[in-house]
Amino acid sequence: MTLRNRWRKILSYLMLGLTGVCAVVAVVMLFLILGYLVFNGWRSVDWDFVTKLPKPPGEVGGGMGNAIVGSLQIVLLAALIGLPVGFLAGVYLAEYGGHTFAFLVRYMADLLNGIPSIVIGIFAWTVVVVPLHHFSALAGGMALAVMLIPITARSTEQFLVSVPQTLREGALALGASQWKAIATVVVPAAYRGIATGMILGVARIAGETAPLLFTSLNNQFWSAGFSQPTASLPVMIFTYATSPYQDWHRQAWAAGMVLLTLVLIANVAARLILSRGISVQR
Amino acid sequence: MATSATLRAHSPPGARSFFKRLTSGDEIARLVTTLFASLILLLTLGIVWELWIHSALARQKFGFSFLTSTLWNPVTDQFGALPFIYGTVITSVLALLIAVPLGVGAAIFLAELAPPRISSSFTFFIELLAAVPSVIYGLLAIFTLVPLMRDSIGPFLKARLGLLPIFSGPIFGVGYLTAGMILAIMTLPFIISISRDSLLEVPTEQREAALALGATRWESTWHVVVPYARLGIFGSIFLGLARALGETMAVTMVIGNDPSIHASLLAPGYTIAAIIANEFAEATGDLYLQSLVALALVLFVLTIVINALARLLIIATTRRGSSQA
Repeated sequence: MTLRNRWRKILSYLMLGLTGVCAVVAVVMLFLILGYLVFNGWRSVDWDFVTKLPKPPGEVGGGMGNAIVGSLQIVLLAALIGLPVGFLAGVYLAEYGGHTFAFLVRYMADLLNGIPSIVIGIFAWTVVVVPLHHFSALAGGMALAVMLIPITARSTEQFLVSVPQTLREGALALGASQWKAIATVVVPAAYRGIATGMILGVARIAGETAPLLFTSLNNQFWSAGFSQPTASLPVMIFTYATSPYQDWHRQAWAAGMVLLTLVLIANVAARLILSRGISVQR
Repeated sequence: MATSATLRAHSPPGARSFFKRLTSGDEIARLVTTLFASLILLLTLGIVWELWIHSALARQKFGFSFLTSTLWNPVTDQFGALPFIYGTVITSVLALLIAVPLGVGAAIFLAELAPPRISSSFTFFIELLAAVPSVIYGLLAIFTLVPLMRDSIGPFLKARLGLLPIFSGPIFGVGYLTAGMILAIMTLPFIISISRDSLLEVPTEQREAALALGATRWESTWHVVVPYARLGIFGSIFLGLARALGETMAVTMVIGNDPSIHASLLAPGYTIAAIIANEFAEATGDLYLQSLVALALVLFVLTIVINALARLLIIATTRRGSSQA
């Protein structure tokens, strides 16, 4: 019996130790990978990279200024379309939603969220590129907006639901109509959470590559407007990393570093906003 | 409030009363938000519709043999999906084989053992990693994982296990196993973070009861806590699977782009998402384009089914968790 108990204890320590090893392996592996990116990216970023246009294949030098501006254009467009739509849909789900329809919308939003981004790219291609006969920043922005809508809707809903019911009742008792109570009391009480969700959503779509491959395509020059093919950072990373040129590899690292920095800053900022907002929400 | 209530009570149904009701702010707000919520439904249905009509040619020409044909030749207008379905499934399964034990183990450690401070900082870091764009994982894989596979892991596997058909043939560095490994790294954050959440949902009483009956820490964790949270853990695995199936960029960069089926995991292959990413912008001819859209439709159905299952599992766990709490 004692032997059995000792064995059980040893097994316990062994298996729990193994889970610890799992955690350490996972974190170290992920940490190493990112460390390598920062190490390579840091050596490759310079002023030319941020301001200059790409050089023809094989020539050394040049940069990705146009892709940085192009990415900003496309993401801005996506945010302008996706955030308001997602926000209002989220308000519906949290405040007005009935039983069946709201459940359906919620489920569809989750499914939409899980659709591979390349499929969303094809969708944007069929509804924007085909009718306009043109690859364009507009099509890329639309594709990203389609991805942003369900993310924003679900996070907005989540934070609105966490606003205490008593706040709504207080506003209604003071004679406010329901929409006024929502607009002036409920939404402001949850605005930090909603903003966090929006920032995280935008950060997520900013790194998406697949939906842009055949919507906004690519461009060697500064973008000539929303109806023209436009370069973007993620697509540039893909093109440059899979090319055979040494200097393009260097620039792919630099672009990866810039993109990652932007995405991580947005993520950390969003979490900071949220952690300060907790006292407001309670 | 009062006016809208009386209006609703007294107005007869019909178009005029509908517009009359809109004079109240509440009804406008409800209508506007409902419209935007319906937009989500419309978008999802719209995606299905567009994929369906834009793949009509391929569906009519090939029918269900599209799914079983292994031939992909744009020059002779012969298109079959099997090599891509095979590649997609095999890379995802490989990813899960690596990521699930590692991820669930790490989640158990973070939820059950680690001091709260370590647990929350690890989780913070892991959730940041979930936000890293996939093209960056692809970039890293090209320059770290591919050389590593070509020069050490691949030759090692071949030397030790080369008799098995899955580790035979020439080693290129790119291929099914490399893609599976980068997918494992990418799905790991999701599996860890969702599994940890559902483990934390397990009531403390369950652990205390098991410990009080004389179970060791591991027995209480493995026989009581993990089974209690199993639906959530399964949900996280399915969610990871759906991600892996639809993952495009990282896989495209390391899969090797060979549209045929190989038994060896070290051989280059192709996935559905990868061939669309590589060939869609340059595809000439309607049948070629529509075959690619048909591939997208296959991928869509695959991920929708997996996702629907995952969501149902997660909904089931949270329902049960909240009813028992």
